[in-house]
Amino acid sequence: MKLMNCPLNGWRNIGEFVYGGEVRPAPGADADTETWADWVFMVDNQAGVVREWWFHAPTSYWFIAERDTANDTLIRTYPAAEIFTERVEFASGEKSS
Amino acid sequence: MAFGLLKFGLRRTYRARGILPPRPALKSSYDVVIIGAGGHGLAAAHHLAKDHGITEVAVLDKGYLAGGNTARNTAIVRSNYLTPEGVRFYDEAMQLWRGLSHELGLNLMLSNRGHLTLAHSDAALRTMRWRAEVNKHQGVDSELIDPGEIRKLCPQLDLSDEARWPILGALYHPPGATARHDAVAWGYAHEASRRGVEIHEHTEVTGFRREGSRVTAVETDRGTIHCGRVLQAVAGNSTRVGDMVGLRMPIRTVPLQACVSVPIMPVIDPIIVSGSLHTYIWQTARGELVMGGSADPYPGYTTRSTLDFKEGLMAHAMELFPFLGEVRLNRQWAGMTDMTPDFSPIMGKTPLDNYYIDAGWGTWGFKATPVCGKRMAETVANDRAPEIIHAFDMGRFARFDQVGERGAASVGH
Ligand SMILES: Cc1cc2nc3c(=O)[nH]c(=O)nc-3n(C[C@H](O)[C@H](O)[C@H](O)COP(=O)(O)OP(=O)(O)OC[C@H]3O[C@@H](n4cnc5c(N)ncnc54)[C@H](O)[C@@H]3O)c2cc1C
Repeated sequence: MKLMNCPLNGWRNIGEFVYGGEVRPAPGADADTETWADWVFMVDNQAGVVREWWFHAPTSYWFIAERDTANDTLIRTYPAAEIFTERVEFASGEKSS
Repeated sequence: MAFGLLKFGLRRTYRARGILPPRPALKSSYDVVIIGAGGHGLAAAHHLAKDHGITEVAVLDKGYLAGGNTARNTAIVRSNYLTPEGVRFYDEAMQLWRGLSHELGLNLMLSNRGHLTLAHSDAALRTMRWRAEVNKHQGVDSELIDPGEIRKLCPQLDLSDEARWPILGALYHPPGATARHDAVAWGYAHEASRRGVEIHEHTEVTGFRREGSRVTAVETDRGTIHCGRVLQAVAGNSTRVGDMVGLRMPIRTVPLQACVSVPIMPVIDPIIVSGSLHTYIWQTARGELVMGGSADPYPGYTTRSTLDFKEGLMAHAMELFPFLGEVRLNRQWAGMTDMTPDFSPIMGKTPLDNYYIDAGWGTWGFKATPVCGKRMAETVANDRAPEIIHAFDMGRFARFDQVGERGAASVGH
């Protein structure tokens, strides 16, 4: 069984984790539709070392993993706080309702 | 075909028929370059030559003939999808399948065994009814049946109330069939090369030359070729090749696994699919049970089999057919599938003038091989996509105009 090192819980079965997509900066709330469509649908989908969101389901914990998609090797896992050093404000644009 | 078979049977000596002539030298230029000698690329080459008289065509593959997903799929063909666009398109494929052995002069062993998608919950039953109605509306033979009728078609299924997820009904699609996947590729390759198309195995595309929005040449590990038009049909490598030419794609490459058992006596007649249990199963003419499930839980460019997959699949398969506990697995494999957000393909023109795409075939593209070949050839020859593939164009994502095929494709096939 493949194991993954959860920054919060240590080594666990890979079956306890859920893949959450590529780590990429989100567009600002005022970005145009095209930019949003790109962010929602398009993916880099690289063969090689990538940075991804992962979720440890039993403890509801989101973190980041670096993984080589060409041979499915986990390189490093760490708390999101390592990259996101400032708070992200999602509601920075005008409120629509 | 029947006469040919009789003549063959009465002959005293048999001369093996080579599928392909020896690999030719690469020319410096072709009217059309097709990247990917899987079923899709080869079928397009066949139709370019046969329907449009375009024979200055090179089909390039980095590996051997149809060694990608064409060799790895579980060979199920059907058209009982969920969206009207999808049903119409896959039904054209079904019509082509019926005459294909004849057209290609090769027995594709199309085996019309019927297809059952089981429902284990009220929600699943509702989706099956929805699918049946959309199917019928499009003229596709498809209906919702109850456990009594399921028992007549497949008495080996555990239809008892004691099952962990009792079977409440099924979507029955009598035209559902299987076909010999390798033969499909060989048949198209043979017919295309007979008409002058060149098939270059072990020729990897490594880059492109562009002038503005025109692709002028395709670079390969055997040299550079100038091209009139280019068709990309590389399945699990869609992003990699797309990156080389400068196209961004809504595709995730995800491994999909499958396996077969040792051969056993004939016991299962129809194709049995359970979306809720992520399992499908059918029996080949030589007795092997072909089994598969959903795609791997996260993306990657690998074709390794995993223990998780087998554990999950076997547990579920045994819930449907308890006798499987006695049957051994024989082989397992995986392919890389190009998954789109809406479980529908990407076909047609691209923002580049002379570059066409056939991608996003994920876990469901084998059945579409004949219609993709025909319709992509038409698109390349006329520089215009025919109506039947409009809904699948690459620009639909930017318009938030997806073709949500999710209900129908929750199980990988
Ligand atoms: C396990 C499994 C089960 C499946 N079961 C079913 C099923 O039951 N029914 C169904 O309808 N579909 C099924 N599918 C999906 C189906 O196999 C594919 O959608 C279909 O075969 C795609 O055909 P293709 O010709 O586009 O791709 P492929 O056959 O993969 O051909 C693409 C070719 O492109 C070549 N290539 C890639 N990069 C380059 C490059 N840079 N230069 C040159 N050549 C390159 C590859 O070598 C490959 O041969 C299954 C898939 C898998 C993996």
